Order: sequence, then structure tokens, then C-alpha cells
Amino acid sequence: MRMIKRTDMTKRKAIKIRTVAIIAAILVTSVFIGSIGHNPFKVYISMIEGAFGSGYRIRDTLTITIPLIVTSIGIMIAFKMKFWNIGAEGQIIVGALFASYFALNFSYLPKVVLLPLMFIAGFIGGGLWALIPTFFKVQFGTNETIFTLMMNYVALKWVTYLQYGPWKDPASMGFPKIANFEDSALLPKLFGIHIGWVIAVILIIIITFMMNKTKQGYEISVVGESVDTANYAGMNVKKIILSALFVSGGIAGLVGMMQVSGVNQTLTTQVAAGYGYIAIITAWLSGLKPAIILPVSLLFAVMIKGGSFIETAYQIPQAASDILQSVILFFVIGSEFFIQYKLIMNKRSKKEVA
Amino acid sequence: MNNQVFVRMEDICKTFGTVKANDHINFEVNKGEIHALLGENGAGKSTLMNMLSGIYKPDSGSIYIHNQETKIGSPKESIEKGIGMIHQHYKLVEVQTAKDNVILGQTGSIFLRPKKLSEKLTKIVAQFGLSVEPDKKIYDMSIGEKQSVEILKVLYRGADILIMDEPTAVLTPQETKKLFKIMRNMASEGCAIIIITHKLHEVMEISDRVTVLHKGATVGTLSTKDTSPRELTDLMVGKSVNLSINRPEVERGEVLLSLHHLNAIDNNNVKVLKDMSFKLYKGEILGVAGVAGSGQKELCETIAGLYPVTSGDIIYSGENIVGKSPREIIKKGIAMSFVPEDRLGMGLVASMDMIDNYLLKEHHNQKGFMIKRGPIEKVCERMVEQLEIKTPSVHHPVKQLSGGNIQKVLIGREIDSNPQVLVTAYVVRGLDIGASHTIYDLLNEEKKKGVGILFIGEDLDVLLELCDRIVVLCQGEITGVVRAKDTTKEEVGYMMAGERIEGQVVAL
Repeated sequence: MRMIKRTDMTKRKAIKIRTVAIIAAILVTSVFIGSIGHNPFKVYISMIEGAFGSGYRIRDTLTITIPLIVTSIGIMIAFKMKFWNIGAEGQIIVGALFASYFALNFSYLPKVVLLPLMFIAGFIGGGLWALIPTFFKVQFGTNETIFTLMMNYVALKWVTYLQYGPWKDPASMGFPKIANFEDSALLPKLFGIHIGWVIAVILIIIITFMMNKTKQGYEISVVGESVDTANYAGMNVKKIILSALFVSGGIAGLVGMMQVSGVNQTLTTQVAAGYGYIAIITAWLSGLKPAIILPVSLLFAVMIKGGSFIETAYQIPQAASDILQSVILFFVIGSEFFIQYKLIMNKRSKKEVA
Repeated sequence: MNNQVFVRMEDICKTFGTVKANDHINFEVNKGEIHALLGENGAGKSTLMNMLSGIYKPDSGSIYIHNQETKIGSPKESIEKGIGMIHQHYKLVEVQTAKDNVILGQTGSIFLRPKKLSEKLTKIVAQFGLSVEPDKKIYDMSIGEKQSVEILKVLYRGADILIMDEPTAVLTPQETKKLFKIMRNMASEGCAIIIITHKLHEVMEISDRVTVLHKGATVGTLSTKDTSPRELTDLMVGKSVNLSINRPEVERGEVLLSLHHLNAIDNNNVKVLKDMSFKLYKGEILGVAGVAGSGQKELCETIAGLYPVTSGDIIYSGENIVGKSPREIIKKGIAMSFVPEDRLGMGLVASMDMIDNYLLKEHHNQKGFMIKRGPIEKVCERMVEQLEIKTPSVHHPVKQLSGGNIQKVLIGREIDSNPQVLVTAYVVRGLDIGASHTIYDLLNEEKKKGVGILFIGEDLDVLLELCDRIVVLCQGEITGVVRAKDTTKEEVGYMMAGERIEGQVVAL
């Protein structure tokens, strides 16, 4: 048996392979769910119910979808340049931290002034946090994967420090927590969900436009394909990477702002909640296309929300719903192999007597 | 059956994706024979030989080594069967001696017996007339000596079937002569030798028989003394072609580009350009000859502003462009164009379509924030028509085009910017004879328009026919500047090896 690179892959065929992969994943998970004594069919129905069963649940699911979409978009920009930014988690945290500074210290400002201020602060915070590893990468060739990853822990520790130290709420009776935001620092709601969803939709449109129609987007694609070509064409590669990563981190920073202002209403160490890592998967599965990020993020939000629902409904341990997610991921990512290659059995050459 | 047949390949098929690299190929080599395997790039020569050396396995067909049907599963098995491949790029440990390199990777006894080993080596060296000093370090050796070590290595392992993959590509004509002598010695000692090449005169000079491949199929096996370069070309290309290259007479104009005492070093502080000075005039094609890695790449990239210079000047229309960024050089009225050696890695973005590739330099000149593809699309369509580029559409990724068409896309873009200076590196590498001639014609057209062309070449015959003057490089240094009409291949060869010939250097 050997593998051969496919050259004849059509869009329809690719979709077919991916669908088969998801069905296979569901079948395998069914066996697993059956083995722990539940009816897999019922469990799946409950998952859907858990995610969409009531207005409240739908709002909850969408509240998970928003940060996934926005973070994925940020990560996508970096990945387009083959800059493996896995520091979105940290960029979310620092964005949240910058936004919280204004929320805590300028709460007397009217909403229309304070919210944009927090918005800009969040963007700059995330952007600067991404710029640090990027600067070292372009200047000294450090490895961005490890660097951005480590920056996540540094960011987290800063929040812990502020929570136990300078920003501890004096009214919390010694409990280490940062004060809740005043109303002026909270994102308004539209159709029952904080308006982050409007921002997410606008961002998808802006970034799609930027990648396809502007010089910046074009230069990012060229740098991602070949740095040598970019140099040859007279592009300032360092500047392109730095500015693109500022935007990438900045968008992650916006997520931080939206989470503190729209969801948690304060800054906690849980602000990023792993979205920075899940978004790596969603961005990658979307084929780095902003428009596809939307359905993929929704799918993951359903799995997260539905997973936690069956946890309580069936007393299935949390690990079980994680297994479900991982099996689906395993099959979907595995199916990419079959989209790239096909397997053929070797023909046996006929035996001849010399 | 004849015991003298060392290698027989029958009905070999090998497919990569949808490409049939080898389509029912038959091939046979006898004891004591030098057999040339001739074909254009992509004809399937390397694929066929890689099946002998165990790198690929055939999809169907049989291989007989010494009349035994054999399955070669790995390079190791191939060596055990007595097959030795000498690759184009040598695989030697630079800091070790020739002797160390030869025994490297040998299994057998636990202890090395240096004395016995030396005896065996000396015996092989004497037997085949190799010029190897066993205790010399590899980094002290010339390219030719390194090649001898490679040959020694396979002979020491007991190979009696030798495959040489374009062995002369990096050699000067003089070194080639020496190599041919060694090959003849090996053949008379009873080895079977296969030489992969696309240089016709070498086939005529060295081989006993020649097998011609065309598009993955065997065209035929001929006895060398009964054939002619003419016939071989026709077989190789699949049609009758005119081999001569035009050199239109154009009156040479003013100086366009002049290099003054240019020096450059690489990452390891080794000098790659040494005190290089020459002038490029309007309306001439200035060739650059030299064995691979003599500083050609660095020379081109320095002129394009992509490689740092330690000292010296490059004067272009009265201005020193040393230290300017590629963008500033492109912006000089887009008067300088560079067709780099690495087409898909540097000149073009492989996965993008023709339009986006034509935007690479052009987008700097567009005003505003947006990128405008409309006007470029028209340029691309005109180019497709003008240069007869075969592509399904201008929206097709360039990497899916054939080598010749990719090169046309690249040259078309550079020519379209109406340059005054055109720097081209190995423009015809990998192209078939027909496509190569189209490219030569394009360059000649530019020359007639008064463009100054720097032509980095590797085939001396082409350089001598196409260029007006030739700059000869050896290890980053100019060893001569000659008029192509007044020189010979031998003379250029001597200069490539580092000898300066009195009276020739001054022909600036």
C-alpha cells in the first residue's frame, strides 16, 4: 500500500470526505457512549437540546460563539503569514486587563465615551502583547511558537497579581477579587446578547475585505507564501509582519474587552477560558477563511455547551464530553489527509522465470 | 542468456499522481559498457535510476541484476546488489579525510583495521586511476577531487554497476576530461556505467550506447558510433529542431551599469565576491560563466539589492545603488529587472495566479489603500497572447503550469516593466530545447531594444553562441572577460578553473 498526492480534488469531493469523517466520528463516539451505559441517540438529541433547547440556552451558546469567532479571526491573520501565534490566550488576557483599567478608574465617564475607550485599550493591549514575541522573531529569529505560548502564562500571572494586590476590591472583605464594573462599563445588549456579536459580524466583513482587496492583505499573503519573494518584490517584510501581528493580537485583545465588559462584568483569571487555544483549532479547520470561521465556531460552541449540558443531565463525567469533542476533531483533522492524498494498493508484478 | 548483461529493466512503470514518469521502459546495460541515459528534464531519467538505487519502487515491471530478478526495497539493498549511485550533490563529511568518508556507514567487523583498509584503498585508487589522497581532508579538495572520493566510496563497497547523475554539471571542461578517463578505466575493469546527462557532446564523447527517453517512454537504444547529435536531439525532443542560437548584431551603446571593486561575504565570513569590476553596456548580452557556486547568485542578488556588500560600488545612471533597498531599486523608474534562479521560491508566488504575481512589484505604484487587479488582468491577458503562455486562464495558480510557461510568466513580467537592465539567472534551467529557444529569442528582442542583459548561464555552448561578451568567474573572482566570438570553450574552461590568460582580461 502506498499514498499518492491527489491532484483531482474538487470542492464537492472534499465536502463529501469531511461529511463522512463527521459521521464516522459520531459512530465511534456512539460506541463509547453505549459502553458507559447510555443510549447514544438520546445523548446526541440532548446535546442539541442543551445548546438550542430554550431562549436562554441559545443565548448561552451564542455567547460562547462570539469570542471563538473573533479570536479565530485574529489568529487567522498571523497564520496566513505562517507565524504560529498560539498566544491568543495571553493576548485576550492583556486586552481584558487594559480595558479593565479604564473600566475601574474612569467609570464616571458616560457609556458612549468609556466603551470606545475600553475598546481601543483592549485592542492596543492585545496588540502590544503580540508585538513582543514578534519583535524578537523578526529581529533575532526566535521561535514564535514557544515565545507566544510562554507569554500566555506571564499574562495570567499579571492578572493574579493585580487581583491579590493593587486591584483587590476593598469592599470584598479580604476576598481576593477585582471589583465589579459599574454600569457605564458594560456592553449593551441587542436581542438579549451583548453586542459583541455585531462586532464579530463586522470584523468578519472587514477582515475578508482587508485580506482580499487591500495592499496589506496582499502583502500578508505574499509574505506567508515566501519571504524570499516578498524581499525580491521590494516589500518591507519586517514591517509587514510586525503590523499584521499587532492587528492579530489586537483582535484577540478585543475579545478580552468583550468578555470583561459583556460577560463577566469584572476581570478574573478565567477571562480567556481557553478560547485562545480552541480558536487555534477553529481557525485552522476553517481553512483560514473568515467566512467559514462563523459556522465552525458555532459548531464548537454547540459542542462545548451541549457537552456541559449532558454532563449534568446524564451524570456523564466531564471527561466524557471532552472525549466526544476530541474524537470529532481527530476524524475531521484526519480526513484532511484523505483530501490531500489517496491510498492505492500496490499491484503485484507477475512472477516470471528468467 | 548472456552473462554479460549486468542490468536489465523490463516494462518499468511508475506514476506520480496523474503523471506517468515512466511508461513501460526497457533498459539494459552490459559489463564493461558506458551507457548514456539521455532525455530532457522530466523525461524520466532520474525516476528510472532511483528505482535502481532503491529510492523508488516500480509500480509494475521487473528488474534483473546480474540476470537475477531482484526487488530493490531500499538504498541499502541496492548497495548490497553492487549498485552505486554518484549523486549530483556530493554526500561527504567535510571535516573528515577521504579515508574516513569511505568507511563511513560501513558495517561488518567491530574493529577498523587501518592498515588493511589503506592497502585496499591504494589498490582501488591505482586500479582505476583515481587521483585521491586518502588522508586529505574533504574541505581542502577541489570539486573534482570530491567527486573522485564519491567514486572511491562506491567502488570500495564493491559496486560494479555505477550510476552517475549529471556528473559534469559542476566540473570545468578539464576536470570533465579527467573524469571521462576514470570512467573508461572503470569500464575496462569490468564495471557497467550509466551516465545520466542532457549534454549531447558528452554522450558522443564517452558512451558506447545511448538510450533516449522522451516523456517517460523509451524512444530507442542506439549505438553511439552509429548516431549523430542531430539524430539524438530529434529523438530527445520528439521533433526536428534547429539547434543554432541567433546573435543579432546590435551596436553597443553607453555604459548602463558598472561595478567597481565589489566585495561581499557570506554567513561564514567566506568571501563570495572578490574585488569584482565590470561594465554592462546598452544593447549587449553579457554572459557570466563559472562552475556552480562561483558567486553568480550573490552577484545577481547584490545588483538587485538583496545581498549585502562589504565594499565597492554599483553605479547605475550616475548613482551608486549599493545599500539601497530592493524597493528603492525597483522604484528607480522600474529600470532594473531581475529574473532569479529560484523561480517559484523567489521570482513568483507558486500558489497565486498570474494576476497576483504580476502585482508583486506593480502594487507599490498603485495609489491608495486598495489593490487594483483590473488593469493587471489586461496586462496578463496580453502577455498570455504575446508570449504564447499555455495556461487555462490568468486566474490559474502558476505552480500548475509547466516549467517553460512558468518561466515565460516570470520573464514576461520583468520585460513588461520596460527595464533598461535585465539580470537573468539560469533562465533556461529545466526547460526543454524548444522553450529555451523561445527564451533566447525574447532576450535577443530586448537586446535589440537597447536593454543591457546580464546572462548567468551554465551551458558553455549556449554562452558562446548567445552572448556578446563573457565574464568568467572562479570562486567569486573574475578570471577573465572575453569576447564570445574570439574565444574557445577550452579557454573559458581554463579561466573557470582559475587560470588567467594574458591579454584576455583587458577586453572590457
